[in-house]
Amino acid sequence: MSGALRIPGAGRLSQAKTARFSFDGQSYTGIEGDTLASALLANGVHLVGRSFKYHRPRGILSAGAEEPNALVQIVRDDARKTPNVRATVQELYDGLAANSQNRWPSLSFDVGAVNDLASPLFSAGFYYKTFMWPKAAWKSLYEPKIREAAGLGVSPERPDPDHYSSRYAHCDVLVLGGGAAGITAALAAAETGVRVILADEQAEFGGSLRFESGARIDGQDGFAWAQAAIARLSAMDNVRVLPRTTAFGYYAQNFVGLVERVSDHLKAPGHDLPRERLWQVRARRVVLASGAIERHMVFANNDRPGVMLAGAARTFLNHYGVAVGRNVGVYTANDSAYGAAIDLKKAGVNVAAIVDLRDNPSGPVVDEARALGIEINFGRAVIRAGGKLRVSSMTVQPKNGGGERTIAVDAILMSAGWTPSVHLFSQSRGKVAFNDETKRFVPGAYAQDCVSVGACNGTDGLSATVDEAYAAGAKAAKDAGAKAAKGVKPKVDASESWSRGMLGAAPGAGPDTTVKAFVDFQNDVTAKDIRQAVHEGMRSIEHVKRFTTNGMATDQGKTSNMHGLAIAAETLGKPIPEVGLTTFRAPYTPVTFGAIISHARGPLFDPTRKTAIHPWAAAQGAVFEDVGQWKRAWYFPKAGEDMHAAVDRECVGVRSQAGLFDASTLGKIEVVGPDAARFMELLYTNPWEKLEPGRCRYGIMLREDGFIYDDGVVGRLAPDRFHVTTTTGGAPRVMNHMEDYLQTEFPHLNVWLTSITEQWAVIAVQGPKSRDIIAPLVEGIDMSDEALPHMSVREGKICGVPTRLFRMSFTGERGFEVNVPADYGQAVWEALWAEGQKHGATAYGTEAMHVLRAEKGYIIVGQDTDGTVTPNDAGLDWAVGKKKTDFVGIRGLTRPDLVAKGRKQLVGLKTKDAKVVLEEGAQIVEDPKQAIPMKMIGHVTSSYWSQNCGRSIALALVAGGRDRMGDTLFVPMPDGVIEVEVTGMVFFDETGGRLNG
Amino acid sequence: MAKAAAKTVATATSSAERRPALAGRTASATGVKVEVLPPAERISLRAPEASVAALSKALGLTLPKTPKTSASKGGRTALWLGPDEWLVIDEAGKNPLADCAGVSALHSSVGISHRNIAISVVGPAAEAAINSGCPQDLSLEAFPVGAASRTVLGKAEIVLLRTADEAFRVECWRSFSDYVFTFLSEGARDAAG
Repeated sequence: MSGALRIPGAGRLSQAKTARFSFDGQSYTGIEGDTLASALLANGVHLVGRSFKYHRPRGILSAGAEEPNALVQIVRDDARKTPNVRATVQELYDGLAANSQNRWPSLSFDVGAVNDLASPLFSAGFYYKTFMWPKAAWKSLYEPKIREAAGLGVSPERPDPDHYSSRYAHCDVLVLGGGAAGITAALAAAETGVRVILADEQAEFGGSLRFESGARIDGQDGFAWAQAAIARLSAMDNVRVLPRTTAFGYYAQNFVGLVERVSDHLKAPGHDLPRERLWQVRARRVVLASGAIERHMVFANNDRPGVMLAGAARTFLNHYGVAVGRNVGVYTANDSAYGAAIDLKKAGVNVAAIVDLRDNPSGPVVDEARALGIEINFGRAVIRAGGKLRVSSMTVQPKNGGGERTIAVDAILMSAGWTPSVHLFSQSRGKVAFNDETKRFVPGAYAQDCVSVGACNGTDGLSATVDEAYAAGAKAAKDAGAKAAKGVKPKVDASESWSRGMLGAAPGAGPDTTVKAFVDFQNDVTAKDIRQAVHEGMRSIEHVKRFTTNGMATDQGKTSNMHGLAIAAETLGKPIPEVGLTTFRAPYTPVTFGAIISHARGPLFDPTRKTAIHPWAAAQGAVFEDVGQWKRAWYFPKAGEDMHAAVDRECVGVRSQAGLFDASTLGKIEVVGPDAARFMELLYTNPWEKLEPGRCRYGIMLREDGFIYDDGVVGRLAPDRFHVTTTTGGAPRVMNHMEDYLQTEFPHLNVWLTSITEQWAVIAVQGPKSRDIIAPLVEGIDMSDEALPHMSVREGKICGVPTRLFRMSFTGERGFEVNVPADYGQAVWEALWAEGQKHGATAYGTEAMHVLRAEKGYIIVGQDTDGTVTPNDAGLDWAVGKKKTDFVGIRGLTRPDLVAKGRKQLVGLKTKDAKVVLEEGAQIVEDPKQAIPMKMIGHVTSSYWSQNCGRSIALALVAGGRDRMGDTLFVPMPDGVIEVEVTGMVFFDETGGRLNG
Repeated sequence: MAKAAAKTVATATSSAERRPALAGRTASATGVKVEVLPPAERISLRAPEASVAALSKALGLTLPKTPKTSASKGGRTALWLGPDEWLVIDEAGKNPLADCAGVSALHSSVGISHRNIAISVVGPAAEAAINSGCPQDLSLEAFPVGAASRTVLGKAEIVLLRTADEAFRVECWRSFSDYVFTFLSEGARDAAG
């Protein structure tokens, strides 16, 4: 038995295929094809949650994506606990476990419901008013408490073990929505042969054909026709049919984001299946067939479990075979709810009464209801629902006042009319227009290549919808380049039709201030809240929305926005279009972070770049540090060594013998062409024309404003060819900077730039023994000081493979940088390492590299500079060509504030106590006895323990620093003031003799 | 690679071992196979219009001038990457850098054989696997055999070449190859489903 309220013979599910599930620990049986909502209703369960603010008991309002009440937590295991799942879209699988939310200790007895009694305290805008004082309490008390109280559902404790995927797709015609309109449009487009994608959020296509028992197309029941049409479309090579797929965002140039729920409906999703798949589709034409959403009636206690939309009740009956009650009342302001009353009555459910707000409706459905013996009350309103955990009665009154009558019911089916789903149209930047006759916003001016068809376009009736959709689908295909259609338009044999209805508060919604007639169920906004917002001075609907939070829950006001707007307009005494409509924003329904992130997790979060020599360093036990996307060997600890011991050993080893360092990550750009030197002259402060081939120069690159942008050693390989190096982190932006200037400022120059960062692995061999290590492996290069002086470059071979061998130094020692094609990097490193072992060489990492360069006062752009440092500030005036008349930044350098006295200049600092190592970033003051806040005159940019110097060393930017040589300054720290002496920037080998040592 | 000597201590006559990134990695899923391709000779060629004829002659193929196209002859392929830019790949062991060296017409030719890694993606689901992270329209109408494009895969830049109806060559920089290969493997897994 799949529930006491399952009606034999009703619905389309196979009663034989049962599925066990649990809700709040209680076991139930449903049927395959059920949603959690239909399965609960089949078992007579209406109470499924507690509301957000007042903790009021709530049931199931709808049968679709617009559901504001029936939000549950689905628990697969410890790591898979999904909160706020709409029970109306969660498909049942055998073993599904769901829990209610926002209640304690239990759903039927919830302590938080005291909020309902205390509701006068929580009126509209309460958080703007109540928590203003004392100010300090906001962070410590109010915010945490509100967050705790407000949360819906529980987060899983472990990382999400599921995987998510993504797919880009292109098509000629993208059809969003798979009801009669969408299917028809897709058929029309697909028959021309163009590429079509058809997506619908439901598991089965058909849209409102799921409940419209009166629809017949091409001689079949409407829903059966839809399934046959989908089967045809699925079989076509040019069509992709995506069920369970929600179009959540419509972006520029017909770019639409969709989420396909691939395995949430499966009992045991296969390991290879993603949970969800993100589709990013670019379409030549988009057909919007998103349908319409039924509105509820706004009256007192309209949120009691058992009060639901009439169309939903009809869906539960006609599709799932479930009666939502045994004795139902119907409250409506349009024809559509009659269909629910008629279908339920025919299925054997007692319909206690239809209450119709209209004075004198007539037509076939009214006649049919009357013929079935259903009591119909015209010109009357349901002013109140009775019951608490389940509706027990409805109280009826003539709409203009008069005697009340209470009718016992166990469900109220309501319909105020249907709101066209213009969400995606509006997201496409289309402008909606208000149709005063039918009281609805429909698509007006289009901003993109799309078209709306069917109910979302305000088109009433199945025949008109099919006509419109078929023409639109064919035209979209033609506009996208199709030849001619050769299909046949579906023929509508019978259909239902309704329109109109009412907007805003019905008679049962006040005006007194205690009645709770809900407009927005999910955010607990009542009619009186909207009125209060207007009374408190809100005029724009955007302000009313924010003040009341109407439409701001995760359902984004799908059922509530129009009611809220109408009540505000009525209170303001203005027509609806003058009050305006709030903006529709993506996503249409909530989208998981998993889907958005899709593949970008774990190893694919971001590229992890490793050098060719990385495997060797890893095998040696190197500790790596992240430098941008690169992993760089930080230091190479030996057994028992901590970082300091390792770095000290590496620093001493380089200066006493030699060291090998992987410098492969340095940015490298080959600048080639007859105008290469002219281009270099313009991009760097240094002169290049006269640099001889085979020689190198340290270059500085400025931005237009005169501040240092990057630096590096540049080798001239030939008159028309330079090998430029950049900082590791600066490589991509320097390339862009150079390319940008070349293309926009200097397009007349015949020169081209090619990134060769990854072509060459770079092995720095530094130290007094460096030449002895390299020389035996080199062919065709004279290694003598005369032939290969400091700052020169030669091409030749090492270990039998091509090399660009630089003689240069970032340590102050005799040094070389061996460039070899990257695939040879590790083998050449190993050869050099083997040779180095004969000379006591050490491998050193980036930390030792930093210390060694600081000992020599060599700056690191981005550490010792911060984008406000000029070459002069950094003591690098010598690198600026004095005779040059142009380079990027030359005018910036003459700005008054860049030549003013007292600028911060880079200097050395020695702590008075040699053992104390300053903290990088620490502030520097002249007088530590000043009152706080003290006047800061600079900060420490680099600071290390130098084993080679036997003391700490530091570089700092200090105002007027070079005029303060020998002065004592102070670095105030939390545990005391550190005394420092201003010095030059070179701490080791001041004469530079070791470059040739 | 296999024939390279496994010697790491070189003498004047021996050569260091070549160790390409990702060597030997493959990933398979239903309908698509992802494999690393052997090393190839490559240059980045930049030249103005006036030099194209001379360079075409030297390279032995006609440099394409139409966006998103390539030209191929005798194991050598030139991919149009921009109005003055081509990626020339030689899989026949000949060196295009040397071929261009003798051309006096204005151009820039830079060796990048080791900068790039090539990955092949082959099978009926190859298109879908690449579309897991590449936003291009890869239908045969929009991206026919021989089509080439510098584009992206996830967060990495790639150069994509269609070598057959169901076969693509994905070129990326060496240090991005692990990311690109892993991404394509995940894409292949999803494309199979």
